[in-house]
Amino acid sequence: MSKVTPSLLVRDDRTKRRNAAERRFRFYGLGAIGIAALALVVLLTTVVSSGVGAFRQTYVTLEIALPEDKLDKTGTRDPDLMARVTTFGYAPLLRAALIRQLAELGITTDLSDKHIGEMISKEAVATVRNHVLANPELVGTTLTIDVLTEGRVDGYFKGRVTMESAALDGNTSPEALEIAQRLADLGVIKTRFNWRFLTAPDASDQRPEAAGLGVAILGSLYMMLVVLVLALPLGVAASIYLEEFAPKNRLSDFIEVNISNLAAVPSIVFGILGLAIFINFGGLRQSSPLVGGLVLTLMTLPTIIISTRAALKSVPPSIRDAALGVGASKVQSVFHHVLPLAAPGILTGTIIGLAQALGETAPLLLIGMVAFVREYPAPYSETAGLFGEAATALPVQVFNWTQRADPGFAERASGAIITLLVFLAIMNIAAVLLRRRFERRW
Amino acid sequence: MKDIQVIESTQTTTRQKISAKNVKVSYGETIAIKDVSVEIAPNTVTAFIGPSGCGKSTFLRCLNRMNDTIDICSVTGDIRLDGENIYDRNVDPVQLRAKVGMVFQKPNPFPKSIFDNVAYGPKIHGLARNKSEMADIVENALRKAALWNEVKDRLENAGTGLSGGQQQRLCIARAIATSPEVLLMDEPCSALDPIATAQIEELIDDLRQNYCVVIVTHSMQQAARVSQKTAFFHLGSLVEYGDTDQIFTAPVDPRTESYITGRIG
Ligand SMILES: Nc1ncnc2c1ncn2[C@@H]1O[C@H](COP(=O)(O)OP(=O)(O)OP(=O)(O)O)[C@@H](O)[C@H]1O
Ligand SMILES: [Mg+2]
Repeated sequence: MSKVTPSLLVRDDRTKRRNAAERRFRFYGLGAIGIAALALVVLLTTVVSSGVGAFRQTYVTLEIALPEDKLDKTGTRDPDLMARVTTFGYAPLLRAALIRQLAELGITTDLSDKHIGEMISKEAVATVRNHVLANPELVGTTLTIDVLTEGRVDGYFKGRVTMESAALDGNTSPEALEIAQRLADLGVIKTRFNWRFLTAPDASDQRPEAAGLGVAILGSLYMMLVVLVLALPLGVAASIYLEEFAPKNRLSDFIEVNISNLAAVPSIVFGILGLAIFINFGGLRQSSPLVGGLVLTLMTLPTIIISTRAALKSVPPSIRDAALGVGASKVQSVFHHVLPLAAPGILTGTIIGLAQALGETAPLLLIGMVAFVREYPAPYSETAGLFGEAATALPVQVFNWTQRADPGFAERASGAIITLLVFLAIMNIAAVLLRRRFERRW
Repeated sequence: MKDIQVIESTQTTTRQKISAKNVKVSYGETIAIKDVSVEIAPNTVTAFIGPSGCGKSTFLRCLNRMNDTIDICSVTGDIRLDGENIYDRNVDPVQLRAKVGMVFQKPNPFPKSIFDNVAYGPKIHGLARNKSEMADIVENALRKAALWNEVKDRLENAGTGLSGGQQQRLCIARAIATSPEVLLMDEPCSALDPIATAQIEELIDDLRQNYCVVIVTHSMQQAARVSQKTAFFHLGSLVEYGDTDQIFTAPVDPRTESYITGRIG
């Protein structure tokens, strides 16, 4: 027997080489996934570790005496007259309250009164004033209220500011932080969850502790509504027409190529377009969510059209034949059979488009949404119309805060990024769930 | 106006149901059908036979203008249904397809329930006034397609969950539920077992009472069993057309003879 058939129990060289190639490929694949996952983990940990502080905030409980001779000279308790006393009239009251409380608690310090007063946020004065104007009957009594501490004190309790850094910082001092620590030990200063970060409007450069995302979230929400209401029907209608009805000729090829090109246009170009068309030519208001929404609609349309067309294409043509074969019209075949089958793909595309729009910054900068806005924008107003009141947007707020000097804003910016990421994650999860829910097999 | 047309068309049914003259079909540059003329009689089963790729499906799809859906496909010539040119500018293909139903080569049920599959045609044509009428139509169609006994307990299940042969019968039920005048069947039995095939052939024979049936088949025996007329296509032309008996016993053209005896194809 010279020729033996090879045994199945022994691998021949070819098989060995093939298996080795397969192992190598798997290893490369795993490596790629590992690198991607590592990058994601690093990104998330940096953002979360620097931004999580924004969701906690330090408050001091003050017992503020509200003397009538300072706050309501007329004694009428008329808020309009009381409003003549500005925040400058209130600031000494807050400082006095803290100094008195320190004395009562037996905390002695060589810190000047002025510096003690600076431990309280400038925002706190406005908070107290507004509270008193809303409740005039408080005048003459002692008000116990939790107010914001100054940003450095807040930073100390979050580990952002240390005794060493405070020694080098002109805006605070180790003595002030020691007092803060004593007050915290006694329960007068507390750190708790910061709802205001999600609800409050932006604050000026000196008070990062008061800055919140309220206006930005509203602005982003309004813009998403505009985008959804405009881009979804427009995009789906355009895709259905192009995919199902348009004759295949030079013109439709040209349109097709240009839609793909449009998807690749840098977003800032859409901002320039929006500025030129909607604001300068159309006369719409700067900084308004309406203009922002229109610009983002233009930007999102190609994404929605491309994904909708892909979804429509993936519906087997035999379904269309079947519908036409029993005498359905073209429109009936599309709306009764093709569109329901394409719905999951359309939904995913739309949500991905919306998510993209939610994170878009550059075009919004150009149409003035980077403005400092403290008023909550109403969805509708007589003067500004629908979504016409000035607002900002989440990513723009991030950009805005990273530009500011006070390190407190760096923390806020990271917090805003976390918020943005949470919204994006919610949208993507919704896309996956909706897809699962509506997916049908054929 | 309508009445006159109806009278006209009833008069013409005594002649041919479909008459096609000098039909040419091309897909872009490729010519699929060259100059085919056929007269299809009412209340008969006409079989189209021929080797794969000779244009049977293409020609069949001309008869209900399904080729309109293929952009590159162009049809010239004259095809008349009851004397009316179906490629006339005033003809709405949707109306035509309600009269000329079709069963496709590959089963293509809608991804909906079995009931909805069959009910779809009657629904869009408004053939049922209420639910029970619709249920009757669906049951009738499923019975005729020899599927009722297998699915009567699961009408709400997905049509796509049936076996290939059952799906094909579902498609037949769907096509006859709209009571077309002409039924075009493109290899309706290619996915069926002998028992279901026999049932479908029986159905085709029944349908002949009321409808005109055109069937494409690769099975000589089937053509011989169910049809009264047979057309043999080869490379895009109609080689021979005549009574089924004559085609199978005394073919005139040598190509027909070689095909039915198994030498080409
Ligand atoms: N959609 C299409 N686009 C381009 N060419 C086509 C198309 N459909 C069919 N053809 C061509 O037309 C010719 C006839 O095809 P057809 O489907 O009519 O053949 P057939 O006789 O039905 O074959 P079979 O018995 O295999 O179903 C073939 O050469 C085919 O390549
Ligand atoms: Mg065919």
